[in-house]
Amino acid sequence: MQRRFILLAALCGGLVTPARAAAPDPDPFDGDPFKSYQWVDLKKAFLGAQARVQFDPRVKVQGPAFAEDPMNVPITVSADLAGVQRLIVLVDRNPIRKVLELQPLAAQPGVSFRFKLEQASPVRALAQTADGVWHVGGTWVDSSGGGCTVAGATRADGSWTQTLGQVSGRVFASGLPTSANAGDSAARLRVRIMHPMDTGLVNGIPAFFVSKLSVRDGADRELLRIQTFEPVSENPVFSFDFAKAPPGPLRIVGVDNNGNRILSTIE
Amino acid sequence: MKHIAPLSGALALIGGLLFAPASPPVSAQGQAVAPVVNVTRLDYGLRARALADGVYVVAGANADFSVANGCNIINTGFITTGAGVLVINTGTSRLYGEQLRALIARTTHEPVVQVLHLNLHPDYFLGNQAFADVPIVATAATRAGMQREAKSYEDNLYRLCGDWMKGTEARLPTQTIGAGPLRIGQREFELREYNGHTASDLVLIDKASGVAFVGGLVFADRVPTTPHADPSAWLRTLDALAGLKLGTVVPSHGPVHEGQRGLQQTRDFLQWLDGSFTRWAAQGWEMNEVLRAKPPEPFARWAAWPAEYTRNVAHLYARYERAALQRGKPP
Repeated sequence: MQRRFILLAALCGGLVTPARAAAPDPDPFDGDPFKSYQWVDLKKAFLGAQARVQFDPRVKVQGPAFAEDPMNVPITVSADLAGVQRLIVLVDRNPIRKVLELQPLAAQPGVSFRFKLEQASPVRALAQTADGVWHVGGTWVDSSGGGCTVAGATRADGSWTQTLGQVSGRVFASGLPTSANAGDSAARLRVRIMHPMDTGLVNGIPAFFVSKLSVRDGADRELLRIQTFEPVSENPVFSFDFAKAPPGPLRIVGVDNNGNRILSTIE
Repeated sequence: MKHIAPLSGALALIGGLLFAPASPPVSAQGQAVAPVVNVTRLDYGLRARALADGVYVVAGANADFSVANGCNIINTGFITTGAGVLVINTGTSRLYGEQLRALIARTTHEPVVQVLHLNLHPDYFLGNQAFADVPIVATAATRAGMQREAKSYEDNLYRLCGDWMKGTEARLPTQTIGAGPLRIGQREFELREYNGHTASDLVLIDKASGVAFVGGLVFADRVPTTPHADPSAWLRTLDALAGLKLGTVVPSHGPVHEGQRGLQQTRDFLQWLDGSFTRWAAQGWEMNEVLRAKPPEPFARWAAWPAEYTRNVAHLYARYERAALQRGKPP
């Protein structure tokens, strides 16, 4: 109604001055810097209607400007915040919008991974601090589309059956890029898990994906916990940073949505 | 696809009448100039430049795909033989193919008798609709690759180039050709098949003039493209090419030049890419960190930086990463 009234005023040659007519429009994007129509519902669906949310430049999401390979879009999330309890990654315009949820525990509040992008979209990270507030950052990735609705390479050629659940990984302690803000004692775990990560959106292939992973140190202390969903790329590679190298050997424990166990030790 | 409004169509017509080019279709041998593109009229402004008697290059912009340059970023070519014209690659679109064919007709009285594709990439063959009446040849591997990729090429170029792609449909080669001598009319050519940039990279050498159309194996003043690349194989191919002591080199991307300049640039870049990716993967770098790494001079001054480097990382880094995580040898 508000818009219509202003428009009418303008058409009438300013009989009603805009200053009198124009109360501020409610922002349909609720402050979203990407002005995404999905944002308001997204927030409600994944955080709840009462969630306290603020856009925060300390939550950084890095990706490529465009998705050369929409089935493998690299994303690096980091939150320069103390006491992050949970970190969620959401993609506004994906048919399946939740990509993963991390509980950093003893790890840095961040993760790198690749995911499947169906069309150009904001990619968001939402970090909840101990006071319950969600801090939101994001980036925009352009795409020619189609990442979620095409079978992965190992699904297409059938080779996934030979490699399902295999894990390879390494802890890197020197030579990390300066942009990682790593101190001298910092370490990074990179781990790759062989899994087709089927979205369920390819004709005749039901959703089949790694759903939970946990990393434990040599003393069986849980270092981090992550839930993963269909949009994570085939044969996912994750990176987790630690302020101080955890005592090894590290163990990767996980499961997929069909109940297949993942268990591996990283020397 | 956007529709062109009737009004802008009318303006385009007036513009066309006022600014119709009066210059001849062939420029003298000399410095290549980027074509003058008219986006409103969808005119690529193609010009033929004679590199030798009867040997022409039709230079595209040395840049990344954009609507402003008509997505014309390729150097195509054509050669008269006394028995008809051999066309080397047909550009990104139906319109490009048509305008190339019209340019050939303005340049020589010889009819087109054959089209040759040097590899499987979209700007090499999406203009084929304008050459449906002549044999279109490529290697077996290139033909198979085109068949596999054609649909995604169409989709991607429509998205990147918009109206320039109107009416474009992939028309695939009709005959298979292999390495060896090729004779058309009075011309003798040598065809050499390599790999590394793609699974099958043809080089066409005109024996009389020594002009070599090297396709995607050599990039000059431009970041090499790598969607189907194997850097190690490509570097071996560049060693073999260097041994041929080529004279005039026509790369598909970047200026025509004499001798080893483009070859050396391509080698420098691939060696940097291969060495850096190996090292970074061994140090645990993430793709986003690799994407933001600072390149050595002069790569960042080359055409298509950084967009093409973003693609290089997407195409290649995962292989190096995999090798590092499995503690294997780099690819």
